[in-house]
Amino acid sequence: MNTTIWNPDIECLARPQLESLQLDRLQNQIRRMSERVPYYAEKMKAAGIVPGDIRSLADTRLLPFTEKDDLRQNYPFQTFAVPLREVVRIHASTGTTGKPTVVGYTRQDMEIWSEVVARFLVAGGLTPDDIVQIAFGYGLFTGGFGLHYGVEKVGATVIPASSGNTERQILLMKDLGTTALVCTPTYAVLLGETLRKENIALRDLRLRLGFFGGEFWTESVRHKIEESLGVVATDNYGLSEIVGPGVSGECLQQKGMHIAEDHFLFEVVDRNTLQPLPDGEWGEVVITTLTKEAIPVMRYRTRDISRIITEPCPCGRTLRRMQKVIGRTDDMLIIRGVNIFPSQVETVLLQLQGAEPHYQLVITREGAMDHLEIRVEVSENLFSDEMKKLNAFRDELKHKIDSALGVHSKLTLVEPGGLERFVGKARRVVDMRSF
Amino acid sequence: MRIRQISVFIENRAGRLETVAKLLGDAGINIRALSLADTSDFGILRLIVNQPEAASELLRREGFTIRLTEVVAVEIPDVPGGLAGVLAILGRGGVNVEYMYAFVEKARGKAVVVFRFENFDAAVRTLEAGSVRLLKEDELLKL
Repeated sequence: MNTTIWNPDIECLARPQLESLQLDRLQNQIRRMSERVPYYAEKMKAAGIVPGDIRSLADTRLLPFTEKDDLRQNYPFQTFAVPLREVVRIHASTGTTGKPTVVGYTRQDMEIWSEVVARFLVAGGLTPDDIVQIAFGYGLFTGGFGLHYGVEKVGATVIPASSGNTERQILLMKDLGTTALVCTPTYAVLLGETLRKENIALRDLRLRLGFFGGEFWTESVRHKIEESLGVVATDNYGLSEIVGPGVSGECLQQKGMHIAEDHFLFEVVDRNTLQPLPDGEWGEVVITTLTKEAIPVMRYRTRDISRIITEPCPCGRTLRRMQKVIGRTDDMLIIRGVNIFPSQVETVLLQLQGAEPHYQLVITREGAMDHLEIRVEVSENLFSDEMKKLNAFRDELKHKIDSALGVHSKLTLVEPGGLERFVGKARRVVDMRSF
Repeated sequence: MRIRQISVFIENRAGRLETVAKLLGDAGINIRALSLADTSDFGILRLIVNQPEAASELLRREGFTIRLTEVVAVEIPDVPGGLAGVLAILGRGGVNVEYMYAFVEKARGKAVVVFRFENFDAAVRTLEAGSVRLLKEDELLKL
């Protein structure tokens, strides 16, 4: 197993030293924010906190939260802590409602961003000999450029293919000898399906690694991608408000993503009370940036549900890991008063051997009653030509999903390709209720 | 005596059956026998065609979920009691039938029954011991 570590001085630093580094940086960062960003100064004042109150990492809980909406209301530059002259790059997150959230990077921010991306790339097996095809969109979205600079830092070759145009992606892969692929997991699945459809053998490709992020994916999707593309697939996590990709990423153990804790302070809080939870418990991830110059963020509520893994990782890195994100607080659906995450359905599909990850939840309302229909695409490995076996499979699936969700659903088996799919992200939920 | 049959998963909505038939027809593939098992949501279309490989490749490429299975085709006299005789042989041999479908072959005055068994080999042994005539794939396709 490849145990190369990009920055062993930090990635393998003993906890006490790391925590003292974190505290030092946290105190500086909070002082800087209160001095340079009027928005944070006012928020701290309202909470009755001064920078000197932060004497330990645990004191982070005294600080007020920041939400996406807060950043949006300070559109475009009001939470910047440096004059625009010092900003060398702007990115923005997509605004599905209203205006996007604008983020900026100083030259040092760019350096740190490339550094944290390089860490997870090397952790996932990348070497300077690799040829990396980046099929993330290049533009305001942080995915394309974030990975681009990290790959260059490692010294591998970048093919900036950008997103979409599957035929051309495959052509580039074949002709240029791509060894590592960067894209969303959904797009990786689509590429795998396309290779199979067009009878392109894996031996005609040189693919060996895949770095996937930008959306939630399960272990079943990982297996499918690894099989159909012939890669070792690792997960990475990030969000533009914090830095973009590089906040955390998996090593070859594929068991949780090592967090760049020297740059980002992690907390997991209870979704309802917002109180910090003990390590190991599931909750909403809250991040405070420790070194960001252009746009530092205080206790940012990510809406992502995960947990911290404290057990040491066999890879030798001491940076703690976060578990694969299982959902967003925004994705939570309330059906007949019960909280439901689409990822719960995916988990059941994963447990039943052979189930495809393509599924969709459709919610309708008749009168005052919510109806949940779960559509699952039938793949060849679960298809039986005997009606009783197919019916038994459907009934078992329905039973398991119903007991996992705690509500009754209607389970419909559908033909492959029948569910709406985007090149970027899969549409898992269709809510047709009108309130 | 192993006859290849293609089973296709189809959603129970207008036009799906026609899509499959048209795909095969346009490719010059002839359907020799078929049966459809259905529920309110979906159906399983079972086909015996003159070019099984070409047909399965075509359907897969068009995104259908299919499965190739092996069935047995039995020729019986087209007279009252013909089917009962074969079923009695299977019953005595303790052979389970998963499903079956039949068609009549006018020219020879015979009926052909297609069987899908849980245990293919045991079923064939029982039928042969009972002197039932099993059709070879090329015989069936030439009918």
